Amino acid sequence: MKTLKNAVMVFAVFTLLLGVVYPVAVTAVAQLAFPHQANGDLIVENGAIVGSELVGQNFTGPQYFHGRPSVIDYNSTTSSGSNLGPTNQKLIDEVSQRIHEIKQEEGLNSSATVPSDMVLSSASGLEPYISLDSAMIQVPRIAKARGINEAEVVKIVNENEEHSIGSSTTVVNVLKLNLALNNLK
Amino acid sequence: MDANGLIYFILFLLVAVLLAWPLGRYMARVFMGEKTFMTPLVRPVEKFVYRLCDVDETEEMTWKGYAKALIIFNILAILFVFIIQIVQGFLPLNPEGFPGVRWDTALNTAISFVTNTNWQTYAGERTMSYLTQMIGLAVQNFLSAAVGMAAALVLIRGFTRKNTDKLGNFWVDITRMVLYVLLPLSVIFAILLISQGVIQTFDPYVTAHTIEGTNQTIPMGPVASQEAIKLLGSNGGGFFNVNSAHPFENPNGFTNLLETLAILIIPMALVFTFGYLIKNIKQGLAIFAVMMILLVTGLGVAAWSESHPNPVIEKMGVAGENMEGKEVRLGTANSVLWGTLTTIVSNGGVNSMFDSAMPLTGMIYMFNMGTGEVIFGGVGVGLVGMLFYIILTMFIAGLMIGRTPEFLGKKLGPREMILAIIPLIITPATILVLSALAISSPEGLAGLNNPSTHGLSEILYAFCSTVGNNGSAFAGLSANTVFYNLTGGLAMLVGRFATIIPAIAIAGALAEKGKVPLSSSSFPTTGPLFVILVVAVVVIIGALTFFPVFALGPGLEHLFLQAGKIFS
Repeated sequence: MKTLKNAVMVFAVFTLLLGVVYPVAVTAVAQLAFPHQANGDLIVENGAIVGSELVGQNFTGPQYFHGRPSVIDYNSTTSSGSNLGPTNQKLIDEVSQRIHEIKQEEGLNSSATVPSDMVLSSASGLEPYISLDSAMIQVPRIAKARGINEAEVVKIVNENEEHSIGSSTTVVNVLKLNLALNNLK
Repeated sequence: MDANGLIYFILFLLVAVLLAWPLGRYMARVFMGEKTFMTPLVRPVEKFVYRLCDVDETEEMTWKGYAKALIIFNILAILFVFIIQIVQGFLPLNPEGFPGVRWDTALNTAISFVTNTNWQTYAGERTMSYLTQMIGLAVQNFLSAAVGMAAALVLIRGFTRKNTDKLGNFWVDITRMVLYVLLPLSVIFAILLISQGVIQTFDPYVTAHTIEGTNQTIPMGPVASQEAIKLLGSNGGGFFNVNSAHPFENPNGFTNLLETLAILIIPMALVFTFGYLIKNIKQGLAIFAVMMILLVTGLGVAAWSESHPNPVIEKMGVAGENMEGKEVRLGTANSVLWGTLTTIVSNGGVNSMFDSAMPLTGMIYMFNMGTGEVIFGGVGVGLVGMLFYIILTMFIAGLMIGRTPEFLGKKLGPREMILAIIPLIITPATILVLSALAISSPEGLAGLNNPSTHGLSEILYAFCSTVGNNGSAFAGLSANTVFYNLTGGLAMLVGRFATIIPAIAIAGALAEKGKVPLSSSSFPTTGPLFVILVVAVVVIIGALTFFPVFALGPGLEHLFLQAGKIFS
C-alpha cells in the first residue's frame, strides 16, 4: 500500500514539475531572450507574414528559385518523406519524371547531369534549402523571366551561401533568395 | 561524404568523450550521495520531493521490493498517458482542436513512451495537443530514462555490495536522476536549441501569405523543451512527424551537432560512472573500449555504404549522393552519424528517412538494434545489456579455462547465468517471431510501402526497433493499424521488462553473495583479451541470430541494386 501511495505521489509531483513547470519556464526564457527564433523565424514583409525562414515553400513561377521535391507539396501541417526504398520502381519513375521536367524547365541538354538534391525528395518535405549547384542551374531561367542580367541573380545566390557543420555541401535558403529577387530594384 | 566527413566523425567522438568523462564522474558522485556543485541548488528541492511524497530516503529495498515499485510506477504511467490521449479533446492547450486519440494508437503510444521506446505510429502535428505532448509524453521522456538508470544502479550495487539483500531506494534513484542530471541538462540544451531556431511557444499554428499568393499553415508548439529531453534521455519521440529532419526541430548543422552530442553523452558517461561506482575505472575503460570498437565499426560501414549513390539513379544522369529522404542542409555525413548513434543508443530520433537509405546502411542500423542496443545503449539499460553479455562472456571464458566464472569479485552461478540468458534469448526471439507473424498475415503485409526484399526490411526493422525500445523506423510501413499497434505494444513491453526485471533479480542474487578475492588464476577483465572476447560474443550472437534474415532483406537488396534490378 505504501508503495502505491509513493508511486502516485512521485508521479504527480514529477508530472507537475516536468510537464508544466519545466516547459513553461523554458518558454518564458525563450520568449524573453529569443522571441524571433522561439516563434518560428517568421519573415514579415509590408506587415504580413510571408513565411518562415526555416519552413520550405512550394515555388512554381519561372521568376523564382524552386525548392527540392516534396512528397507533401510543402504542406507544412503534415511533414513527411517519401520513404521509398532504393530498389522501388516508384522511386525510379518519380526521379526520371523529375529529371525530364527539370531539364525542360531549365533548358538543359539531354546529356547534362542534374544535382541529386533537385530530383530526390527531402526527408521532411519542408526543406528550406537547396544546394548551390541546384541554385545555379536555375539562374538562366530566372534571369530570363525577370529580364535581368544573370550576374545579378548569381550575386544574390553568392550573398546567401551558407555552410553547415559536418557537411561539405554549400546551401542556399530558397525563400531568402526569392525575397532578395523581389527586392531588386 | 568525403575526408571532411571522416575528420568530423573523429572530432565529434573526441568532443563526446571529453564531455562524457566529467559527466560520468559527476553522476557517480550524485549516486553515491556525495556533495557536488549542484547540491546547494538541488538538495532542497530533492528533500521537498521526498517530504511531499512521504519517501524515507534512508530506507532501502530488497530486489523484489525494488522491482515492485518500478512495475507499479510504470503501470501508473501507462494508464495516465493512455487516458490523457483519449480525453485530450476536452482538455486545455489544444489550439488546433484535436479529438481524442484512437484507442489502439493511444495504447501503443502510452507503452511506447513509458518503455523509453518512443515508437510513433501517429504524426505529432496532426494528432497530439500541446498538453498531451507536455504532460503526457515529455514527462515520460524524463521518467523512462530515470527508470532505465535505476535498473543500471541496482545491477551495479549487486556487484559492489556483499552479504545483504538491500539494493537501494527506487524513488531516491529516479528522483536524483531527474533532478541532478536530466532536468539541468535539458534546460541548458533547450535554451541552446532555441537560440538556433528550434521553436518554443504555446501560440496556435500561424498562417503565412506567401509571395506567390498562397496560404501556408505553419505548425507551432513547445518543441525545444521536448527536443532536449527526447535526445538526452534516449527517447527519440519527435514533436513532428519527421522528427529531427523537421527544420523546427533541427534547423542547421550546429543544432545537429548539439543534438547528436545529446544522444550520446549520458549513455557514454554511464560507462565512466560505472567505473567510478565499482571503484575500478580500468574496468569502465575496458567496457568503453568494447563499445567504441563496435560503434566505430558500424559507423564506418554505414558511412562507406551511404557514400555511394544509388547506381540506378546515377546512370540516369544524376550527380551527387543519395539525397532521397535526406535534408541537404545536414548532408550525408550528419545523416549517417545520427543514424548510427540513434540505433546504438536506443534513441530512435531520426534526421533522415532510414527507409530511403542504402540497403547496407539500413542493415547496420538493424544490427545495432538487434544486439540489444548495448553499444552505449539506452540510458541505464544499455549498460545493463552489456553486463548481460559480459556475464555470458565470463561463462564462456570460464569453460575455456575450467574455472567457475567470476566478475568484479562475484562468483557467477547457474542462477545468474540463467537470468542473464533470458533477455539475450527472449528479445531476438520476439523480433523474429513477430516479424514472421507480420510477414505471414494479410494485416502485416497490408502496411508495406515497398516491394520485395525492402518490404521484408521494413517489417524486420519495425520489430528490431520496438523490441529494442529504440523507436526509429523504416517509416514507410503504415504501422497505425490495430495489428501493428498491438504487436508493437507487446514487443515494446517484452523488450523493456525482459531486460529490467532480470537485471534487478541478478542484482538480488549477487548482493547476497560474499566477495571472492582476486587471485592469479582469475580471468583478467580489464585487458585487451577481455575486450576482444566481449566484442566477439556480441557480434557472434548478433550475427548468428540475424544473419539469415539480414541476408534475405538488406543483403539481397544490396545485390539486386548493384545489378540494377528494380521492383514494382
